[in-house]
Amino acid sequence: MSAIANTIFSPELAARFDKLVTIYPLKRSALVPMLLYAQDEVGYVSDAVVAEIAQRLDLLELDVRNVLSYYSMLRTKPAGKYNVQVCTNISCMLRGGFELLDHCKHTLGIGHKETTEDGLFSLEEVECIGACCWAPAAQVNYDFHDELTPAKMDAVLDTYRAREKK
Amino acid sequence: MPTLVSHPDEVKVLSKRFGLGATNIDRYVELDGYKATQQAIEQGPEWIINTMKASGLRGRGGAGFPTGMKWSFVPKVSEKPKYVLINGDESEPGTCKDHLIFLNDPHAIIEGAMIAGLAIGAKTGFIYLRGEYRYLLNIMEKAVADAYAKGFLGKNIFGHEGVDFDIITQTGAGAYEVGEESALMESLEGKRGVPRIRPPFPAVVGLYGGPTVINNAETIANVPHILLMGGEAYAKLGTERNGGTRLFGISGHVERPGVYELPMGYSLRKAIYDVAGGIRGGKQLKAVVPGGSSCPVLRADEIDVGLDFDQLAKAGTMLGSGGIVVLDETVSIVEFALRTIRFYQHESCGWCIPCREGTDWIKKTLTRFHAGGGNKKDIDNIQYIAENMLGRTFCPLGDAAAMPILGFIKKFRPEFEEYLAGARVANPLIQIQPVGEHELAGAH
Amino acid sequence: MPDVTLTVDGQKITAPAGTLLLEACKSHGIEIPAFCYYPGLSLQAACRMCVVRIEKMPKLQTACTTPVTAGMVVITDSPEIAQARKATLQLLLGNHPLDCPVCDAGGECELQDMTFKYGAADSFYTEPKNHREEQKWSPVVYFDRPRCILCYRCVRMCGEGMDIFALGIQNRGSSSVIAPNIPAQLSGVVENGVELAQLDCEQCGMCIDACPVGALTSGTYRYKTRPWEMNHVATVCTHCGDGCKTTLGVRSVSDGSQILRGDNRDKSGMNGDFLCNKGRYAFDFANNVERLTSPLVRHSDGTLKPVSWEEALTFAGTKLRDLRQQRGPNSIGVIGSNRTTNEENYLLQKFARTVIGTNNIDHHRTADFVTLATALQGTTGKFASQRDVEKAPALLLVGGDPTNQAPLTAWNIRTNVRLNKARLYVANHEEIKLRRQAKAFVQVAQFGYGAFVESLGADNDFSNAVRAEEQLIVIIGNELRGGELANLIKALPNAKFALLADYANSRGASDMGVLPDVLPGYQSLQGSTIASEYGAADAPGLDLLAMFDAAAAGNLSALYVVGSNPVKRFGIDPTALKSTFLIVQDLFLTETAALADVVFPAANLYEKSGSVTNSYGDLQLVSKAADKAGTRSDFELIVRLADHLGHDIKSLVPFGSQAKGLRADQGQTRGAESGEADRHAVWITANNLEPKLSPFDPFAILDEIQRLVPGYDKLLRLQLLSGNDQHIAPASSGLVQIENRKDLVLPSSDTLFTSGSLTRYSPMLQDVQRHQTTEVSGHLTSAD
Ligand SMILES: Cc1cc2nc3c(=O)[nH]c(=O)nc-3n(C[C@H](O)[C@H](O)[C@H](O)COP(=O)(O)O)c2cc1C
Ligand code: SF4
Ligand code: SF4
Ligand code: SF4
Ligand code: SF4
Ligand code: FES
Ligand code: FES
Repeated sequence: MSAIANTIFSPELAARFDKLVTIYPLKRSALVPMLLYAQDEVGYVSDAVVAEIAQRLDLLELDVRNVLSYYSMLRTKPAGKYNVQVCTNISCMLRGGFELLDHCKHTLGIGHKETTEDGLFSLEEVECIGACCWAPAAQVNYDFHDELTPAKMDAVLDTYRAREKK
Repeated sequence: MPTLVSHPDEVKVLSKRFGLGATNIDRYVELDGYKATQQAIEQGPEWIINTMKASGLRGRGGAGFPTGMKWSFVPKVSEKPKYVLINGDESEPGTCKDHLIFLNDPHAIIEGAMIAGLAIGAKTGFIYLRGEYRYLLNIMEKAVADAYAKGFLGKNIFGHEGVDFDIITQTGAGAYEVGEESALMESLEGKRGVPRIRPPFPAVVGLYGGPTVINNAETIANVPHILLMGGEAYAKLGTERNGGTRLFGISGHVERPGVYELPMGYSLRKAIYDVAGGIRGGKQLKAVVPGGSSCPVLRADEIDVGLDFDQLAKAGTMLGSGGIVVLDETVSIVEFALRTIRFYQHESCGWCIPCREGTDWIKKTLTRFHAGGGNKKDIDNIQYIAENMLGRTFCPLGDAAAMPILGFIKKFRPEFEEYLAGARVANPLIQIQPVGEHELAGAH
Repeated sequence: MPDVTLTVDGQKITAPAGTLLLEACKSHGIEIPAFCYYPGLSLQAACRMCVVRIEKMPKLQTACTTPVTAGMVVITDSPEIAQARKATLQLLLGNHPLDCPVCDAGGECELQDMTFKYGAADSFYTEPKNHREEQKWSPVVYFDRPRCILCYRCVRMCGEGMDIFALGIQNRGSSSVIAPNIPAQLSGVVENGVELAQLDCEQCGMCIDACPVGALTSGTYRYKTRPWEMNHVATVCTHCGDGCKTTLGVRSVSDGSQILRGDNRDKSGMNGDFLCNKGRYAFDFANNVERLTSPLVRHSDGTLKPVSWEEALTFAGTKLRDLRQQRGPNSIGVIGSNRTTNEENYLLQKFARTVIGTNNIDHHRTADFVTLATALQGTTGKFASQRDVEKAPALLLVGGDPTNQAPLTAWNIRTNVRLNKARLYVANHEEIKLRRQAKAFVQVAQFGYGAFVESLGADNDFSNAVRAEEQLIVIIGNELRGGELANLIKALPNAKFALLADYANSRGASDMGVLPDVLPGYQSLQGSTIASEYGAADAPGLDLLAMFDAAAAGNLSALYVVGSNPVKRFGIDPTALKSTFLIVQDLFLTETAALADVVFPAANLYEKSGSVTNSYGDLQLVSKAADKAGTRSDFELIVRLADHLGHDIKSLVPFGSQAKGLRADQGQTRGAESGEADRHAVWITANNLEPKLSPFDPFAILDEIQRLVPGYDKLLRLQLLSGNDQHIAPASSGLVQIENRKDLVLPSSDTLFTSGSLTRYSPMLQDVQRHQTTEVSGHLTSAD
């Protein structure tokens, strides 16, 4: 049973949130994780997500939006099921990050922050993701892929496509 | 999976459990895990702080502040609870060392946090990981749960009546600035990652208003090792006032990029040419960014310098986060500078005028310059803006943006001038884009 | 805090330890530029304009966040500092439109001023500037994003000052933007196919006032004129009973002079920075086309027709005189106003009592000041002033909802709690918003204030805490009247009290004796000095409701209503007045005026001079700002009517002086033999005052008020004329507790966006109400 009637989240996530708000000295501390976890489930931070999180944390919706709009991983529009994030920051740039990004643009047929028609992939050029020594690196959702080449990137994308087929 | 590398010159203190399965708590205990904590409980705060002071350990987050001294600033008595906060926001371009610690040795971070807590009288520790590090957060969370299950965390730890310690793990959601310690506290309190006014410093008024020690993940992972080996022994591994070893991430145009644990003061030249195998494909070295993207660049002829805080400072740059980014002769400094400022423009929190407007202005000018629309005045203008950001911003991000830009212009001005004269990169990496308002990633 | 001495620019200065360097410098005449700093709001250190050099510090420091310490050596101006400021300005201007010639803030813009001072105008920025359309967030708040310098004053003003939190900061870096609380996609407001963000808030305009540039502008003033093309007149807000000082910007128009802007320029009033929505914007009723601009007389065909002043006055005067003769003075009633000046109120009751000769005088009462005055008589220092609310260490609020009905009181309470950590105790039958500032809140039953007052003597946490307070201010809502009010005052013998009424001069109307059972200053009808001077009847007259009862019964021959709309307010059946000769003096053809036989078009409070007294007894000067052709002040109208009744004007308004041979009069022989005028002349001379030259000069009657009304005798004229507020405590001793006094208090129930009968004549209030009930209703859980 969720602390919120008519929660928009799955019972598991709702239960997780019920717990999350209790573990901090101030429950507002749960805000950033909640937004991210909600996005993981819903696909993006919808207005309904904002409303429910505001309610759970006794915040104004404006407060939630102020915070939400600060963090670059949080989005208010849906993305593809697999969000391909290619790092082009300095270490990756030196080892082919931009080529990799271009390659993804071509093979997926989409640009920065766009989504393929089937909704499977979206693409994003991102800042350093903390894999500089294994550059160039990319993340698909939360999975890290290191020491990429265009060919390896194709293989990576294929594994996600294959996952869908199953 | 990140590849683990090694080199005979490495001195493995912190990384000695890497690759040995230490995420498993039993294995960790076998490898001397949780001994230091028990010792710390028995010896008490004064001993811990003295050992830390003796170790000469300086913060690995970038600023290099002596850790033992930082802990000693926390008031003994406080009305509000005290906290320990571990900074795992690791977002400085060129830096991926904390990544490996979370991946290979999460219990060392837990232990370090507990010891810091014992030293200052905190009963709660927070471990904050950048949002992108979800798989590492999962590893950390599992490690914390295992430690609770064993009675290492929670009430009466290791059977010591009244000795309690809790750990809460936290995820970020994409923001470099949140690595700055006061912005980190804001973020952890559910707010925008905007820094706080200091003073008061976190050691006095920090998280939830309580005295707080904030340490980088690498700094804190060193702590149990230091207690076990003794402060002086650790200090001796490094150079004067730069105790111990540190994880150096060598990336870019080297043969064997990777994270290596080298003694403080180790030669930068050797790090590039011996440890990392030299320049990839037999090319010539052009430049090195020695400690993450915010450190001013060194030319190829400036690399005979020891890798510690003081020697690099003398060389006009910084040790920073220990991320050594190596550039070969093919790199266009103009393009590299543009990529660097794009990052800072994107990550500026926007709070203060010089950084918010300055990063945007430099980015726009460099974008046009890079696209071939530059003029001679631009170089001076960029320098003027960067000079006027330096030391004038609310937090060090403004400096972190201005310093590398000033470095590029100072060290490679002729290249900017040649660029104007038509010597542009044949195949620009960065797409030539029309200059418009740069869109932020995420929900904007 | 002990004082410390520091050196600033070579000069030794002293300030209490802990004072912000910027403030310490300011109080010694050293101005340090600042955009993000705003006194009383949280510190930001964001704009970096206030940088100074402090000895031993490696970098320039922000004076707005640095507390002074002993021995500090500071330089506030040097080439280095000037360069830092210049560069900051240049950076700002890189994205700023620099459209000063068309910007609303032009001439009043801190950025413009700084740019000139630091020579930063010649921007070398060559990139295209970001253009954004101006956004309308509400009828009164507009936002021009490129002009915004992100100082966050608006955000803090709304959140910390107003406790509304309707503005936020969104995005980050150079995309950072100030955002209102209803995002575009949720507002449902679409213009040219674009969804528009909206603002659900109190529409107070405080954010606009705080904005140092022209990024936030007000819907009522935008693009109307430039600041230097207006005259600026400081006067008092005409709306609620709080008494905010406001500065009206006026400009000449064909039929007089028109108010274009209300603001708070000099911030010298007891409202400091504050004005609410009504004070700032609801002056527009004055410019309403429905304003009456000609006297009206009811013709034989039953309609009201415009006539000349002479015709209307003669008709009304003759008729009143005849009716008084035929049916006696007590067949006539007079109803006064909550919004006319003290001088007018005093004059009106004197008119009733001495010209007509009746005590049938009353007004729409919105608080029981008679009980307050009686309960506190003979005491000193027991009446709280508005300024006390801002600094008392402890406050008890019983009843009332200042947030909505006395917005300045609410502001002062919030400010005091926020800045001085004042302890606020709230007892209310509703969960009013101020409970958020309260240290303790008790919910009282709807009509349970009597029981609450009793419980103050009991042993419970709330009562114990309240009783333990040594310097308590008790602010009382108009729910408490008569016995309950008296008991509350008795229950807290060490406290100071204030009673909240609803209109700009509700307190003044009571103080001036616009009441059937007491004379000015709450003096008794029998035996007081003033009673003997008036020589009027000593039996109480009819109260407001009794007048209408008498009218319905055919016993009220005439009724003179000044600035009041009792027909609407008290739900009077129009037929009750069919056999009563009705004279109404008002701005508009109100429900009451529509029934009148004679209607006089009156000037409003912004179009006249005099004084008003707020709920707390703070007296302030009202200055004539605007002018509307075809109207006259109530003061003048009362005098003229008396004149047309054949009354000796000099005995009504003691003006001129025989002794000095002045001949300013109405053509009548002056009443040198009138004892009234004589006594007055003696007082005038004794007080070194100039005799007033005109019977229409309200200060002529103020002289008399000062002479006769206890409390008002303490008034300092120079203070008044300088625009300073003065606290009046009416208590003299010897007031008589009137037994079984009817409770005739009828709260106005005004909200933030209504102001009695004026509401419907203010397009702005209409607009804002529509905005609040349609555009922004139901989008958010609550801004509360
Ligand atoms: C813009 C900025 C970003 C930072 N990012 C990080 C970071 O990602 N991780 C980190 O440990 N410290 C970071 N720091 C440094 C922290 O502010 C702080 O100094 C550090 O966490 C203290 O730990 P230490 O003493 O162990 O180094 C950053 C500082 C700035 C100014
Ligand atoms: S320097 Fe200013 S704008 Fe930049 S990150 Fe720090 S506080 Fe934000
Ligand atoms: S008008 Fe008043 S309540 Fe509305 S946003 Fe501005 S300050 Fe806040
Ligand atoms: S709108 Fe005005 S007050 Fe608000 S942040 Fe912008 S410049 Fe400052
Ligand atoms: S609080 Fe009252 S007096 Fe002040 S501006 Fe508002 S309505 Fe006018
Ligand atoms: S630069 Fe790409 S992961 Fe760090
Ligand atoms: S006034 Fe000090 S930083 Fe803005």
